[in-house]
Amino acid sequence: MKILVAVKRVIDYNVQIRVKEDGSGVVTDNVKMSTNPPDDNAVEEAVKIKEAGKATEVVAITVGEEKAQETVRKALAVGADRGIHVKAEGILEPLAVSKILQKVVEKEKPDLVFMGKQAIDDDCNQTGQMLAALLNWPQATFASKIDVKDKSLEVTREVDEGLETISVNVPAIVTCDLRLNEPRYASLPNIMKAKKKPLEQLSATDLGIDTKPRIEQIKVEEPPKRKAGIKVGSVSELVQKLKNEAKVI
Amino acid sequence: MSVLLIAEHNNKELKPFTLNAITAASQIDQDLHVLVIGHNADNAAKAASSVPLVKKVIQIDNSIYENYLAENFTPVIIKHAENYSHIICSANTFGKNLMPRIAALMDCSQISDIIKVISPDTFLRPIYAGNAFATVKSNDKKKCVTIRPTSFDAAPSDGGTAEIIKGDGADEFTLTKFVKKEEIKSDRPELGTARIVISGGRGMQSGDNFKLITAIADKLNAAIGASRAAVDAGYITNDHQVGQTGKVVVPDLYIAVGISGAIQHLAGMKESKVIVAINKDGEAPIFSVADYGLEADLFEALPQFLEELNKLNTIQK
Repeated sequence: MKILVAVKRVIDYNVQIRVKEDGSGVVTDNVKMSTNPPDDNAVEEAVKIKEAGKATEVVAITVGEEKAQETVRKALAVGADRGIHVKAEGILEPLAVSKILQKVVEKEKPDLVFMGKQAIDDDCNQTGQMLAALLNWPQATFASKIDVKDKSLEVTREVDEGLETISVNVPAIVTCDLRLNEPRYASLPNIMKAKKKPLEQLSATDLGIDTKPRIEQIKVEEPPKRKAGIKVGSVSELVQKLKNEAKVI
Repeated sequence: MSVLLIAEHNNKELKPFTLNAITAASQIDQDLHVLVIGHNADNAAKAASSVPLVKKVIQIDNSIYENYLAENFTPVIIKHAENYSHIICSANTFGKNLMPRIAALMDCSQISDIIKVISPDTFLRPIYAGNAFATVKSNDKKKCVTIRPTSFDAAPSDGGTAEIIKGDGADEFTLTKFVKKEEIKSDRPELGTARIVISGGRGMQSGDNFKLITAIADKLNAAIGASRAAVDAGYITNDHQVGQTGKVVVPDLYIAVGISGAIQHLAGMKESKVIVAINKDGEAPIFSVADYGLEADLFEALPQFLEELNKLNTIQK
């Protein structure tokens, strides 16, 4: 079984986001970037499946500007075998990314495609499902447990009501939840080794995909600020405030 | 121009958030039709038809739709989407799973999780865990939009008499099979719609200690929430998680106990009307969004809180 894992480079989850004064977006210059957190879970799961002898190759792929390669290198450092970087500039919408991934899937013919369930920058939660649609493959989204069977997967999904289990035939798309596993850290020797692993470069243009945004971003602004609250000195004061001032209990 | 809303239901009744999505959809266009795909879901279809904002209900019944698989829903929706300008659904796990599959096949760049309808093609949506709001305009001919239900009021649910017509299904997608659902049943109000939510974080230290929270939730008729840290640690099940990748809640009162307030958690609760934080670390970021902060050891504060509530003559439910 061959697994393709898609990773995205985003502003690190610990960075305090700042909106640009001209309303054109958020500040990304000199800001720490990392792999989108649930994409790390996707890589970890693929590597674990390979280590368990149930997959033969793990290929990491990213779509984006030159520096997006860093996320593929990181995946290679934790156990992916080779990488693909599809170069594309500007804002990339999930629809464009899924079309690019579709082209690569047609060429690479993986049995499984893993990725995070949502990117923490645009919070779209679309790419996996869109790719599944374009390929007409099963989709197992928001996975918190994956059981690899012979020609299928049994996937536990985190849904609003609790947990749902579905069985999907391969080939299939899985989008990963943060609770799927605990991503490992790359060791220094492995980071060095990763630099020697093959990383193929393609471009969206070569693949014939137009990535021009369909959605016009008119402006980006700061959300309304909450007005400053107060500290109360005791539990009884808290309860009195809730009862008599806020009138919520 | 007409709007097609995909109803979320459990084959017996409409899920409450469908009413919030109806409000949002009606702000896009008054000619609002609701698609109820399910099995033996007559009651859900009837409930949709009695919502005054709804002009028509299309019901599709087949046993293959019993478990709401996106792979089976998508071709049906596309079959019925032809005469509509917008396809709308709630941005909860049902809609998040389903809508992109529809959008991709219609070659539409979906707009997820809107919190405001500015015009039929322009919407406001949070990005970066709600740390920025983007105004976005869709130039696609057909628009696929998911709605953050807590940002819209629930539509009045009775008095309407929309006609219910039966629609055709589509072929079954056989490569995905439903196995089981472990639904956590509770007599408490639902987390997403509760008037009061009390949440515990890593500071609770164990699942057993959540009984301190349960006791207060019982008293206040509140739903119980949790931070991701508490769910990861196994103190409580995933359906309680509030935050960027969990549920978004907007109760009248949100009480955060032993939660430090990572931005990912704030994303799920900072629109609450009144926020209370109880934490022994006075520097915890949760205090920056709290209307009332109590710097205290939760193991002392929660029993006292219950005691003080017991002293009150009346408590709003």
